[in-house]
Amino acid sequence: MKNLFSRSAQTVILFFVIAGILALALGGYLNFASTGLNTALVAAQSWISVRFVAAQEFITLPRDSLTLRQENAQLAEEVSRLQAQVLQYQQQAGETKSLAALVNFSRSNPENAYTAASVIGRDPSPFLHYIIIDRGSADGLRRGMPVVTDQGLVGRVDAVISNAARVQLITDPASAVNVRLEKADRDVVVVGSVSGDLSLDLVAQDVTLEVGDILITSGLGGGYPADLIVGQILNVRKRDSDIFQKASIQPVVDFAALKIVLVATNFRPVDISPLLPVP
Amino acid sequence: MVVFVVQSAVASRIPLLSGAVDLPLLFLAGWALQERVEAAWTWAIVAGIFAAFYSAMPPLVYLGGYLLVVFLARFVQRQVWQLPILAMFTVSFLGTILLHLLSFLVLSFSGSSLVLADVLTLITLPTLFLNFLLAIPIHSMMRDLAVWAFPLKELV
Repeated sequence: MKNLFSRSAQTVILFFVIAGILALALGGYLNFASTGLNTALVAAQSWISVRFVAAQEFITLPRDSLTLRQENAQLAEEVSRLQAQVLQYQQQAGETKSLAALVNFSRSNPENAYTAASVIGRDPSPFLHYIIIDRGSADGLRRGMPVVTDQGLVGRVDAVISNAARVQLITDPASAVNVRLEKADRDVVVVGSVSGDLSLDLVAQDVTLEVGDILITSGLGGGYPADLIVGQILNVRKRDSDIFQKASIQPVVDFAALKIVLVATNFRPVDISPLLPVP
Repeated sequence: MVVFVVQSAVASRIPLLSGAVDLPLLFLAGWALQERVEAAWTWAIVAGIFAAFYSAMPPLVYLGGYLLVVFLARFVQRQVWQLPILAMFTVSFLGTILLHLLSFLVLSFSGSSLVLADVLTLITLPTLFLNFLLAIPIHSMMRDLAVWAFPLKELV
């Protein structure tokens, strides 16, 4: 009987304790305890979770690595392909830009008929400044025809075969172009050199050479048509002790980057050599 | 033919100052220095004809220059020197000098305004430097080609 009372009392006490704890919890008096418990629980779960995920990754790594490598290879291939495509588009854009400029030049000079040609090579000899273009006699090219770009004079056709031609640049040491000084309105001769630089030579001392003066072909001699831009004066070397003065010329055409040129196919050069006096 | 195409389309577009590597000369020198090769004179004439086709230089310059290169190579190869690399350097050096001297003389006589100092500093010295750079690989290539084309009889 005593035991039964004791058990009932224990049950009642336990009930009251639980009810009291619940009442305290519902009343918010156990927040500090629940917060601490939750924090410890989350920390423990995080600790276990991190280690489990690490172990899982360690176990499944070879499979993922293979997949990643395959994906990486595919992406690298895709990147290479796209880079090649970008380069191709850039090249096409550059060519289109050059061609558009040449078309504009051709339209602005309707008196001449032009044939466009690509530069496919240069003279093997470093002593000479010649280029090889991919148009020849089959396209109407003949020896002596002037070659230009939208920027200005390039040179003239030196030799022709059926589908290619060799062009002597105005920078060649053997080249001489009759030009007119725009400001001074005097005719002078531009010559090339082995280094590819242009210069004015044998200019009389009374001619006024000014830095920046534009040089355009005069048409004298019949080798080139008139009014093509050649370059502008870069600096002048004039000494009183010299008979002639000299000047360096900055060409308007970038001869190192020539890609596409125009050949004036309706220009017929005049050979005046029989008229020149024999010394 | 391929060498001239590469020379015209690639090598001539990579100048050092105004000089450029002379691939036909190097290939010819490397080929003529091989003991097993007997037809180097023929190749000199073929190279001279191709050069005349490509270049605006008077044809005799290249023809004479390449024949001189083969003569030099044969002369050097018959001497006591047993160092093929040294022989290649010697032939490249003398061949370049001779070819440029010939070009300079012919162009000067034909009326081009060439200054010897400019030619030396802007063309010949850079060309020599570039030729020396490529002399060894081209000689090795020619040696392998000669071994492949003319195997020794006891090895056959």
